Amino acid sequence: MSEGAVNNTSGETDQENGSNSRRYFLIQATSAVAAVGAVGAAWPFIKYWTPSAKARAAGAPVKIDFSKLAPGEMLSPIVAWRGKPIFVVYRDQPSIDALESDASGLADPDSTNPEQQPDFAVNPWRSERPEIGVYVGICTHLGCSPKYVKTDNFENTGQGGFFCPCHGSKFDLAGRVVSGVPAPYNLEVPPYRFESDTVIVIG
Amino acid sequence: MDKSETQSSNSGLAGAMEWIDKRFPASETFEYHMSRYYAPKNFNFWYYFGFLAMFVLVNQLVTGVWLTMNYVPSGDGAFASVEYIMRDVEYGWLMRYLHSTGASFFFVVIYLHMYRALRYGSYRGPRELLWLIGMAIFVALMAEGFFGYLLPWGNMSYWGAQVIVSLVGAIPYVGPDLMEWVRGDFLMSETTLNRFFALHVVALPLVLCILIFVHIVALHHVGSNNPDGIEIKKNKDENGVPRDGIPFHPYYTVHDIHAMVVFLFIFCAVVFFAPEMGGYFLEKPNFEMADPLKTPEHIAPVWYYTPFYAMLRAATFPLFGLSAKFWGLVIMAGAIIIPAALPWLDRSPVKSMRYKGSISRMMLTLFVISFFILGYLGTQAPSKAGTIAAQVCTAIYFAYFILMPWYTRVEQTQPEPERVTV
Repeated sequence: MSEGAVNNTSGETDQENGSNSRRYFLIQATSAVAAVGAVGAAWPFIKYWTPSAKARAAGAPVKIDFSKLAPGEMLSPIVAWRGKPIFVVYRDQPSIDALESDASGLADPDSTNPEQQPDFAVNPWRSERPEIGVYVGICTHLGCSPKYVKTDNFENTGQGGFFCPCHGSKFDLAGRVVSGVPAPYNLEVPPYRFESDTVIVIG
Repeated sequence: MDKSETQSSNSGLAGAMEWIDKRFPASETFEYHMSRYYAPKNFNFWYYFGFLAMFVLVNQLVTGVWLTMNYVPSGDGAFASVEYIMRDVEYGWLMRYLHSTGASFFFVVIYLHMYRALRYGSYRGPRELLWLIGMAIFVALMAEGFFGYLLPWGNMSYWGAQVIVSLVGAIPYVGPDLMEWVRGDFLMSETTLNRFFALHVVALPLVLCILIFVHIVALHHVGSNNPDGIEIKKNKDENGVPRDGIPFHPYYTVHDIHAMVVFLFIFCAVVFFAPEMGGYFLEKPNFEMADPLKTPEHIAPVWYYTPFYAMLRAATFPLFGLSAKFWGLVIMAGAIIIPAALPWLDRSPVKSMRYKGSISRMMLTLFVISFFILGYLGTQAPSKAGTIAAQVCTAIYFAYFILMPWYTRVEQTQPEPERVTV
């Protein structure tokens, strides 16, 4: 509409053409300033949706004491970090041996996806210490929480692992995903450190 | 209209527009309401406020939706959730101040918008229905503000709502039962908060949006009034375009955007530097949680209700066997509703104050002054002198309306011009 109005008034003299280009410039300049203003005004509304101070405080590091955890067991009750279940498993020596020796049937036995674990966990057992495994207990398929299975998860080694009841994904005791299941990645290893021999800090 | 039929299929944007127009009247609607809606060319300062009211409405809707995302409408959680929004949520303070300041500015803008109608006779025929719809918007807006004020669940929210709901109790016979029904409890409680929340967040915004839509449809059907109060549609050129009209778009859209920028300067200054406005926009006792056992020392509604609140308090004696309390309710309700009768009260041969006589001008001036005084008195603690002043001002307020059929007929008016004066 406005284009038509501009054309109707144009074209009679050069002077009017000059005033049209000035009008064009002014419209562009005004629109640009308005666009900046609109983005600036939108910013608080977008930022409003990010985690609040309360949510961030609730997402602070958590300490996990596993002094009562026995070899071959997973820590219970499960502790949450940022609302997600954290699996802490105490692997016995046969399990560690199996993880180191048998990588058959695994989709990513060498932990090549850097987003799924900190650098210190790029090893066959995917943990800082071979006997203690720490994993985010969320299946990398669609977010269900897998079950800890002590034995019979893997026919060839007879060792345990994690089994997701939703869509049947399987992970070994190092959280490494089996090939041929829906889950695309190994279980996530959260950032953690050992505060003492029996206490770890997640986050 | 027939342009689209004579032109063959266009490409690009024009082609897409043609495709849409065959299925939805997009261009037609735009032309009818914007590019071929001819508004009088002599609009002045007072004609900004309709657009600004729409702008504030959008602000209220958007910030309101965002606040609802973190607000908890429960007796235990409401107050804490507002503090949570203020302190912990990213830009929550900005969202809340935009909303609370927006509420006050909504009324500033609406009062000025209504004053414009009084000044230039915009309520006169053929705009009676437009005026009545506007009055309905005003009442709905007052209700919206009232319900919203309870939600922070501060002590002033609580007792302010308590006082206004108690007004219902002044209605003879059914009052006390009705009061209980409105509250859903024996006192203002979480139940009351929940229903006020539903009304504030869903029901009344819906009503307001529908009414505003209808208001604009009615406006564009009859055409805008102007400071001269004459009909531009009476003088059209050979194309049927009013000689004193200019297309709303682009002339008044650009004009209004300019006004919006000036408005934003003032609005943002309040939001960022004085969101409480010295206790007028956000009252101090409201920073304390609602306490059913402790009334704040001085209880006053937010400023935009104070003129009517002062009139409510001005009723101090029983009449015709009915209590002063009941008459207070009648006076307050009457004061809010009586402007709806203006189209039939004004008998002047001219519409605009520019050509009306001296009595009309004097009455309008007195009316505005009394409205301001009442507004001030409503914020103050009751006193003997204040009550007498409020009674005088209430009398002037009603005299403006009730005497209008008389003074608009007897006074000497000036002749209206043939064409608008710019």
